[in-house]
Formats: sequence, C-alpha cells, structure tokens
Amino acid sequence: MLNNDGFDLRRYLRSDMQSVGAWIALALLIAFGLLRYENFGGAYNFSSFLNYNAMFIVISLGMCFVIMSGGIDLSVGSVAAFSSVVAAYLSPHGLSVAMFGGVAAGMCFGAVNAFFIVAMKIPPFIATLATMLAAKGGALVISDAQTIAIDWSSSFTVLGMQQAWGILPWTIVVTLLIALCLWLVLEHTSLGRTVLALGGSEDASVLMGLSVYRAQIFVYLLSGACAGMAGVFLASGFGAGQPLEGIGWELTAIASVVVGGTLLTGGKGSVLATIAGALLLGLVFNILNFENGLGTINLSAYWQMVIRGGFLFVVILLQARVSRPLQPH
Amino acid sequence: MSATPVTTARPKVLIDTTMRNGLIVLLILFVFNSLMTPNFLQMQTLSVNISQVATIAIVAIGMTLVIAAGGIDLSVGAVMALSGALAPLVFMSDSLQASPVLAVFLAFAVALSAALLCGLFNGYLISHLGVQPIIATLILFISGRGIAQVLTNGNLQTFDYPAFSVIGTGKFLALPVQGWLMLFLAAAVYWVVSKTPFGRYLLALGGNEKAALLSGVPVHRVKIGTYVICSLLAGIAGLIVVAINSASDAARNGELMELDAIAAAVVGGALLQGGRAPIFGAVLGAIIIQLVKYTLLANGIEDEVALIAKAGIIVVAVYFQQSVKE
Repeated sequence: MLNNDGFDLRRYLRSDMQSVGAWIALALLIAFGLLRYENFGGAYNFSSFLNYNAMFIVISLGMCFVIMSGGIDLSVGSVAAFSSVVAAYLSPHGLSVAMFGGVAAGMCFGAVNAFFIVAMKIPPFIATLATMLAAKGGALVISDAQTIAIDWSSSFTVLGMQQAWGILPWTIVVTLLIALCLWLVLEHTSLGRTVLALGGSEDASVLMGLSVYRAQIFVYLLSGACAGMAGVFLASGFGAGQPLEGIGWELTAIASVVVGGTLLTGGKGSVLATIAGALLLGLVFNILNFENGLGTINLSAYWQMVIRGGFLFVVILLQARVSRPLQPH
Repeated sequence: MSATPVTTARPKVLIDTTMRNGLIVLLILFVFNSLMTPNFLQMQTLSVNISQVATIAIVAIGMTLVIAAGGIDLSVGAVMALSGALAPLVFMSDSLQASPVLAVFLAFAVALSAALLCGLFNGYLISHLGVQPIIATLILFISGRGIAQVLTNGNLQTFDYPAFSVIGTGKFLALPVQGWLMLFLAAAVYWVVSKTPFGRYLLALGGNEKAALLSGVPVHRVKIGTYVICSLLAGIAGLIVVAINSASDAARNGELMELDAIAAAVVGGALLQGGRAPIFGAVLGAIIIQLVKYTLLANGIEDEVALIAKAGIIVVAVYFQQSVKE
C-alpha cells in the first residue's frame, strides 16, 4: 500500500515536472497563437490580455499561499467585488488612497477569515464560505446594488487604463511586483517555509515548534489583500466599482493554482507556476476568441465555460498520476 | 492534518442534540413570526415557504450523504441547470407532441440520466483517481452550466405544459407537491442510511477511510454511490425549479445552490469531517435557513443583509458543532 503521508521522491519529481509543464504548455500555446493569428502578438492584444488577467493572477497568488498551507479561501471573488466598490468610492482622493482603501478592505475580510479559522477553529471551507456570503451582502449594501462610477478625472484611472512604457499595463507591473515579493517570502523567509511545512503536516509543524498560527493568519490576510487588489484593478480597469462581479472567481483562482501544479493537499507550490497556470487558463479564452474571429469555428460564449472545465479535467487527469488514492493491496 | 474523529454510527437515534437545538431555533423563529410578521399564519405563506424550501432541502439531503462520506459536491447547482435545461428540450420536441405521457416520462428519464452521469463522473474522479472532492466537482461546477447553456443556446425556454409542471405547481392535500416529494425523498434516504449495508459503509467511510478500507468496505463503490445519489437529487431539484417557473433559465437555475445546500447540511448537523448523516437534520437546516430569510424579508430587511445573516448562521452552527465534538 502506498504511504500517503510519507515523502515520496518520485511524486516530488513528478509534481515539479508539472510546474515546468505549465510553462511549456504556455509557450506552445503562445507559439500556436503567433503562427496562426495575425494580430495575436500585436500590442493591443498583448496589453489587453495582460490587463484583464492581472486580477486573476493576483487572486491566484493569494490563493496559492492559502492552498500551500493546506487551507482554502472561497471568499476572494466577493471580497474583490466589495473592494472594487470601496476603491470606486475613494477614487476622487487619488490612486494611492483608493488602492490602499481597497486592499485594506480586502485585508479586513482576510482578518475575519483568520479569526474564524485560527481562533474559532472553524474549517477553512466553511469559514470562507460564510465570509463570501457576508462580503457579497456587504458589497450590495454599501453600493445599494448599483455600480459605482469612479472619478474619471483622478489619477485612479491610470492603474487600469494606461501602460508603463507604452506597452505593459500598470496592473501587470503591480502584479509582478507582488509576485516578486511573494516569491522572496516563500523561498527565503522562515514564514514562507512555515507555510509549506504547515500544509505538509499541521501536527508535525506544531510539534516542531513552528509558529503555525502566525503562518495561518498570514496566508488569510494575504489572500484578502490580494483579493482587495484584484478589486482595485477591477474598478480601475472597468471604470466602476462592481458589487455583482466576482462570482466564480474563487474557482478560477483554485483552477489556476491547480493547473500550476500546486497540490491541493498543501505542502508544495510555486509562485511562478501559479502565474503560468493563470495565464494558461486566460490564454485558452484568448485563442478561442481569435479562432472565432477567423470564422473557422463558431463557438458561443457558453462554450468557454465548457472548455475551461474540460481543460481543468485534462490537468487533473495528468495530476492524478501524482497523487494516487488509497488502493487495496 | 487533524486527526479524524472516530464517531460511532448511531443512525437509529432520530433526534440528537443538534436536532434538538435546531428544533428549538425553529420554534423561536415560528413564535417570533407568528407575533411579528403580518399574515404569517396563512396557508399561502406556508405554501410559498414550502415550495422554496423543498428544492434546497432535496439538494441538502444529497449533500449530507456526500459530506457524511467525507466529501463535498460543488457541482449540484450546475447539475440542476443541466437537468432543468434537458427536460423542456425533450417534452417540447416536435416528435413527442402526440403523446404527452411518453414525453413527460422521457423528459424525466433523460434529465435524470444526465444527472446520474454527472454523479458517476464526480464519483469516478474522486474514488478511482483520488482527486480531492473540491477540485473534482469544480470541473462540472464550471462546465456543467456551460453545457446547459450550449444546449439551449443561452435562451430562456418557456413552456406551458401542465403534465410536467405538476411537480412544481401542483398541490396535494392543500400543500405543494414538492413538499411531499421532499418528505418522501428524505424518508427514503433515511431508510437507506439507517437500514442498508450501504448506509453502514457510508458512515464507516466518513468516520475513518483507512479503517473502512482495511475492514473490507467497498470504498470506491460507496463513494461513487454518494455522488450519484447527490447528483440525482440535484437533478430532481432542477426539474422542480423549472416546473415552478414554467421556464428553464440555464444561467440562473440552481445558482449558488451549492452554498445553500452545504449551509443547510451543516446547520442540520453534518460534520464536514464526515461520519454523520443527519438526513432529517438537513431538511431542518433548509427550513431554518429559509425561515430566517423569510423573517428578514417579511420584516422589511433587504436581501443583501439576509446574506450576511446567512453567513452568521453558518459560522455559529459550525462553531457549536466543533465545541460539541471536543
């Protein structure tokens, strides 16, 4: 019988291969797009693709840490919606205030999650489910169920609508900076290693005297902050705080993390591969749009969800080789 | 990983502590509404609440089984959309207009077969490939509704078909048919859990999977069974929603149902770690959630605030369960 709790070198190597696999698949898909479609590599497609996917990358990064610690955060979508409304309200005061407000709002929900999970010992799945409902309700209450237009004359619009050096959207610049910080935290701090140890085995981490609570509080605060930032991107990119947005984002984020090769059982994961996973999911859509544009296929928008699910299915089939179930002798 | 609690299965006790607490909450809600909410003690109020609670409760029964075996099913809402989209496609097809009885029969058969396949798909991924339940059911959560929308081209299918609509709008003994259906299904599943080997295996599996496997429980088959039953019940709920509305909207049918169902199961006493299957608890949980929502709405509190209240109920319910366990 396989020992599911033990360290398995073969499994370790295989799961590492999947992170590399995500980048290879991404490269192949980009090559395919470049060869097949005229405007695929054009500046417009490049920057609008990155701008749109920045919010998904940023929530996936937070989700990646939560999942690595062995938890889950279902609240990110509604928290992003809530934060987008907060950011829209604060937009007349300029970019920094709106951004700070949105992220702080997200962190508040992260703190509530951390309190439920660490202090009240409520399972993460349920705790974040409750926060999801509360954030959704809260977003509708503070916005009166209306989209909240941002102040177009303020510096807030720069973030979601302009590009650095004329090509790279500011949202993706911010996202990459966040990713760099998180990579440093994960690979080079004791906090990051504790997150991984916690996901590997909570009991063992406690016995080793690691500050497990600190790591748990950190991941949920981080995930809340990332969701808040995604909300800021949303408000800035679409010109309005959107209380009804964010439905299903948590699942997109989980899918990105899984596609990137982070095992859902925790204990293993990578910041870079998560970005690859999020980009890969986004690119499938992008290619589909181009294919529709060519007229070779005529797939309605509804197919996108089917294909996204199918894509996740394929990744899971590949990943199933990594983590096998209990088997009888 | 926290240690799995080894709970002894006692399915014969119909009313345990959680159930008793639930009934007390229900009584308080009932008394409060009788005093404060105008027109509460009316037949019509009862009918409205029953018809709304039935779909949540039916899905929650299936969810309770899945949770009892240590799993979770996020795809129930999507399965509802799929089965709800298929039924009208069948009974409105031209070739079946001659025989309404056959049309309704086929509509049920096709819709529920699709639900059954969804359950098999979930169960196979989880049992044979060892995929975590959240991820495995995420696939259909994402694509199931998409398939329903592709089938209907995203259109709202409206119909006037009394032979089918009876499961959503019919009355039996002055109460909505789906209320009776809910009670019947709950009783049937309760019987399965408490009187059949499948039920014993299920609780053993949720209590301690390794121990169950070593003592010869057919783990794979039991797991697949729970997901199949859960999907079938979701399929039935999807048909009821379509029948109530006399229209099938693949985009909305069963939206956020997974949350309601999980909430109802948890409020009803299901332990997320598995090992307990309070079937009537799930019905009670659904009723409590519905009644709280109704109380707030009827007293002029907005829908959005009701969401926050629901979040509060879930947290409080789970918190008390955790403390009971310890």
